[in-house]
Amino acid sequence: MELHELTIAAAGRLLRRREISAVELARAHLGRIEALDPGIGAFLTVTAEEALAAAAAADRRIAAGDAGPLTGIPLAVKDVLCTRGVRTTCGSRILEHFVPPYDATAVRRLRQAGAVILGKLNLDEFAMGSSTENSAFQVTRNPWDPSRTPGGSSGGSAAAVAARLCLGALGSDTGGSIRQPASHCGVVGVKPTYGRVSRYGLVAFASSLDQVGPFGRTVEDAALQLAAIAGRDPADSTSADAPVPDFAAALGRGVRGLRIGIPAEYRAAEGLDPEVGRAVEEAVATLERLGATAVPVSLPHTRYAVAVYYVIAPAEASSNLARYDGVKYGLREPGGGELLAMYKRTRGRGFGPEVRRRIVIGTYCLSAGYYDAYYGKASQVRSLIVRDFEEAFRHCDAIACPTAPTPAFRIGEKAGDPLTLYLADIFTIPANLAGIPAVSVPCAFSAAGLPIGLQLLGKAFDEETILRLAHALEGERGLFRRRPC
Amino acid sequence: MSITREEILHVVELARLEIAEAEIDAFAAQVAEILGYIDRLREVDTAGVPATAHAGFFRNAFREDEEGGHLPRGEALANAPEADEESFLVPRVI
Repeated sequence: MELHELTIAAAGRLLRRREISAVELARAHLGRIEALDPGIGAFLTVTAEEALAAAAAADRRIAAGDAGPLTGIPLAVKDVLCTRGVRTTCGSRILEHFVPPYDATAVRRLRQAGAVILGKLNLDEFAMGSSTENSAFQVTRNPWDPSRTPGGSSGGSAAAVAARLCLGALGSDTGGSIRQPASHCGVVGVKPTYGRVSRYGLVAFASSLDQVGPFGRTVEDAALQLAAIAGRDPADSTSADAPVPDFAAALGRGVRGLRIGIPAEYRAAEGLDPEVGRAVEEAVATLERLGATAVPVSLPHTRYAVAVYYVIAPAEASSNLARYDGVKYGLREPGGGELLAMYKRTRGRGFGPEVRRRIVIGTYCLSAGYYDAYYGKASQVRSLIVRDFEEAFRHCDAIACPTAPTPAFRIGEKAGDPLTLYLADIFTIPANLAGIPAVSVPCAFSAAGLPIGLQLLGKAFDEETILRLAHALEGERGLFRRRPC
Repeated sequence: MSITREEILHVVELARLEIAEAEIDAFAAQVAEILGYIDRLREVDTAGVPATAHAGFFRNAFREDEEGGHLPRGEALANAPEADEESFLVPRVI
């Protein structure tokens, strides 16, 4: 078997048995990046030298008998997570030359686990978008069909894992930015419970919604990465002081007796491709054959979720992005010796159109006279969405629905029509608003050969149940064995 | 829902953003369309419903007030577009 075809779990076993070396594994993936990434565009920065040094260190650790499941495993990281000494651009001109003085906690934990970080992955600017077309630097192509987007905003992470350029990757998810690209690229993506993973060193977009999470080609691979990055971090006061279970160990427990909620409102959602709807129904039927039970549930405020999100996320973003002013880091465009002109020119030219649009919407919704009608109202409706889930989870252990309403769309197809693109977030946004965990797992391929993801939403801090269901489905379907290139 | 050029100009001023003259009308139309969609929130009866500001499952995060490490000055200044040995430099404001 070729080294890039291994899963994290299998590669880890071979490494610990000394049948392969971490350096060999890193070289194989760096070679793959060199050969294939020019046609995909997943990586913004490749850190070959650092990766080979980390791989050599991992081999020494393995030889000393001090290896964990990620020791020597080649991974990559969305370019919105700070990496000490390696530029972190957020896909934006405004941070094109920014070199962080510290690692994000999630990155630091991967390094401590002995992972080998191959580089930084493309994204929509500041994680705002669902196609990775908003990157200031390059377009990322879907490995299954290069005329299509990989989804976004973590499109580079999903494409890199799908194309076997790395064995796993980290992304961030504010309204679906891990799950939607995972669905479009035929890989597994997990948005953990809010607070499960530290946000320290994750460049902030919308602080009440952002979570860091893993991509893997299998559920087990995602679970192994999640276990490494999860847990309380004193540097992030919103990180939860909750015990971190052995997520991978939970997978073998099967799904017998689990109740899967099927929300009526999601079936009736506008814009749902019938092929996606059928794929999800068949996936649920498969889980029922394996011993789970489908039960109807209701999430009555679903029709307001996108509207709530597109007030709260831009409002928080407009505040978070105020820090880019040409003073402390990043781009500065001189303002003819005037401070205010320098701010405006730096921000006007440093941010791309989607980021500026969201700053304008957020600033409008927070401005005098509009705050109560927009931000205040959205925050109240958010409470009703949280209650919808609390009520639904009294009747089920997980909720199943599509991840995205359609398979991957064509590059350029939705450019210039922001609202249409926003509406496609309908299935992923509610989990961020409620803070609950969710996973996207491949469940079918469309007639055109494009991957379709099933989304499973769980109770807060119960990633284990949704991962068990995803793992059971994956075992039945075996779709992870298909490869795009 | 419509947004005037003046409203857009007011908001970009608040947000400290420069916007090209040629962009203003397209921006106004897109923002109006998005805010028009958001108007559906008015349908919801939220009388007496508390606001949710975050989805965290915690109350307060207290810790002991202990001295900790901090970023050395040189590292903090390393990414600045303009700095001297001690400070960030900005255009004269006084």
